[in-house]
Amino acid sequence: MNARRLSCEEVIEELFAYLDREVNEALSAEIDRHLEKCRDCFTRAQFERKLRAKVAETANVSAPERLQRRIKAVLERY
Amino acid sequence: MIAWPMAHHMRFTIHSPGAVRRLHDGGSGVVMPDPHSDKQEINRRQQTRRLFEQEVSRLMDRLYGTALRLTRNSDDAEDIVAETVSRAWTRLDQLRDPQRMEGWLFRILNNTFVSEWRRQQSRRRIEANAEDVDPAESPEAANFSLFQKLHQPFLLWWGTPEDQFLNELLQEDLQKALDTLPDAFRVAIVLVEVQGYTYDEVARLLDVPLGTVRSRLSRGRAMLQKALWEQAIEAGLVAPPPDRTPTEGKSP
Repeated sequence: MNARRLSCEEVIEELFAYLDREVNEALSAEIDRHLEKCRDCFTRAQFERKLRAKVAETANVSAPERLQRRIKAVLERY
Repeated sequence: MIAWPMAHHMRFTIHSPGAVRRLHDGGSGVVMPDPHSDKQEINRRQQTRRLFEQEVSRLMDRLYGTALRLTRNSDDAEDIVAETVSRAWTRLDQLRDPQRMEGWLFRILNNTFVSEWRRQQSRRRIEANAEDVDPAESPEAANFSLFQKLHQPFLLWWGTPEDQFLNELLQEDLQKALDTLPDAFRVAIVLVEVQGYTYDEVARLLDVPLGTVRSRLSRGRAMLQKALWEQAIEAGLVAPPPDRTPTEGKSP
């Protein structure tokens, strides 16, 4: 993965895998370099990154009291 | 599972036979527990159990939140968390490194969800052939990008529509959009984006090929973004596309 520069289309194609840390180190470094220079792709990457973080936050929910009592009962049973 | 006499009157049950170092008394075949080793072992177990209770309490909200995103239903989510804690508690002796309890608990949660999900699918006789392309799904839907809908290249540095959109986006909007996704796609997104699973871990958990995980994620993300876009139009956060403007194309 050297010499040839990635096109914007190639970066966008791999963007989610890159954000998921599912591309190899060489490709990841290549995408990093592209994002440092390409405003459009950088803006897109930032948007997807922020949206992804917001999706991750959807699991931040308070457990209902009823569940807490139920778990307490489970632990006391043993 | 073995049981052995403990100090004075108590009996303590241990699940792992390898946990007791035994002393042999000169070939008679009688095996005696080593009291020092037993005491250390019991202390270790008590510490692990205390840690378990602390961890369950610390992670309760996140366990429930994750289960809720997986199941979309608060009753099912509660059942899964209760079952997870119960299973984890009875298998506590299998946990080699108590410092890894968090990952271990979430693995049990995911496995519990997947078993229940499969059971429900087979009961309903629904062949969840999520990889079949929906004939109604246009190439535009499969590649839908919220960014492309929002982005206006001539606006730079401040107040870009996509930033504004993200700022306006409520947790409730995202939860609602996620809940509209078919199970297979939602589960892939929750595992990767909420729980940080690798594609390989998802493939192993769901027992599907790696390519299926990639395809579910790609289509699931497009569906999620499309659902968010449609919700934003409904809420009046963004203007509907011209072909949806009621007056357009109508002659007076």
